[in-house]
Amino acid sequence: MEIKTVEVVEAAGISNPIEYVTPEQMAYATVLDYGMKAGLAILVTSFVLYLMGIVQPLVPVSDLPNYWSMPVSQYLKATGVGTGWSWVSLVKHGDFLNFIGIAFLSAVTVVCYLRILPFQMKNKDVLLGSIVLIEVLVLALGASGVLSAGH
Amino acid sequence: MCGPFPPPELERGETVVARRLIGLAAILVILITWAEPALAEHAPQMASTMPWWAWPLMLFVVSFGLGIVAVLGGVGGGVLFVPIVGGFFPFHLDFVRGAGLLVALAGALAAGPGLLRSGMANLRLAMPLALIASASAIAGAMIGLALPTNLVQLALGTTILGIVGLMLVARKSEYPHVAQADSLSVALRMNGIYHEAYSGRDIDWQVHRTPQGLAMFTVIGLMAGMFGLGAGWANVPVLNLLMGAPLKVSVATSKFMLSIVDTAAAWVYLNQGAVLAMVAVPSIIGIMLGSVIGVRLLKRTNASVVRKVVIGMLLLAGSRALLKGFGI
Repeated sequence: MEIKTVEVVEAAGISNPIEYVTPEQMAYATVLDYGMKAGLAILVTSFVLYLMGIVQPLVPVSDLPNYWSMPVSQYLKATGVGTGWSWVSLVKHGDFLNFIGIAFLSAVTVVCYLRILPFQMKNKDVLLGSIVLIEVLVLALGASGVLSAGH
Repeated sequence: MCGPFPPPELERGETVVARRLIGLAAILVILITWAEPALAEHAPQMASTMPWWAWPLMLFVVSFGLGIVAVLGGVGGGVLFVPIVGGFFPFHLDFVRGAGLLVALAGALAAGPGLLRSGMANLRLAMPLALIASASAIAGAMIGLALPTNLVQLALGTTILGIVGLMLVARKSEYPHVAQADSLSVALRMNGIYHEAYSGRDIDWQVHRTPQGLAMFTVIGLMAGMFGLGAGWANVPVLNLLMGAPLKVSVATSKFMLSIVDTAAAWVYLNQGAVLAMVAVPSIIGIMLGSVIGVRLLKRTNASVVRKVVIGMLLLAGSRALLKGFGI
């Protein structure tokens, strides 16, 4: 086991000598923290509006037990809801208003990756910079809605 | 409040509280899991007599408990969430899997900042592995939504019990000995140091067998997307037993990685309509709140206790999934 002095650790670009955390990791954590809290706030707010009936849902909450035991294909057929990003057109309904918070939380990681890209560029770290860019593209592909599957 | 190193009396007190909370949460999960077959038999009758809001409320409570236990075990909660909610609650497994993935994602997002700032989760260790796993998770999600549900349950149960077996026969894994890092991990700088708050030591670590690890994460991502779960149940053994990362680094990095891998698969479920707000949101909120508690406990928890919690949870979850696959 090797003990590092504070000077050696700081010279290695580690921002937190006690915890040995790099600046890029701290930057990622900061964006993740704010994004998570913002997403949670949006989700809680929209869910309260939905539960209290302030924003009327597409499927009345009292009817939900008739739908939540159906397979998804049957549910989509019964409610007329589409796939892909068609939920965006339904956000005026309380149940689909919640999808804004869900989509926000699902997008936080992409923002975190974009935040740390400048660190790779500054350090001319081609390998890790490429990993960051490819990951952003992979996540964007998943979010795009062009990929489809189902029973 | 007390600086980074609180006095021994406070540390011992916090460790006692941590153990009691872990025990309480584990007992809750165990009771629900073993009561589940009997309850599932009566679920249709219970579902028709209970008010509609009762199920989402119970879902919130169960998810909160899972959030605490899951972060300590380095799993996303989804591996417990899907079999428990799928058997005990009246929701169809399609929606349970969609919610399970979002639950795992949310738990990882909640725990991620603390784990990264503490240095126990390592970004450079996570990123190459997460890239492979997230790409295959998208493929897995598409396959999983197309396969018959009982087949998915059988494959899930078999895999989890296999992992339990592997962890049980491993001799020691809290601080694996890595004689020399392989060239790929050196090039990717997959190494680091973290301060072990429980023992007060600084742990300098590196990994090996990185190509094998990348291959395993391809399979892990595929199964994570297919089963609608997080991938922590496989991440931790691969990081710890195969690649040689210390157990706490493995648990913390695994939890953090779920925020990347599950994002990819979650989008597929969301875009296919397999997400119901009344199922997903109470679960997400519950597990996020539970995960925040779990992160505070992880720093003060003994590594061997964490290992036992992981093994116990995986054994329960795997057995249940296998039984469901056989229609029991």
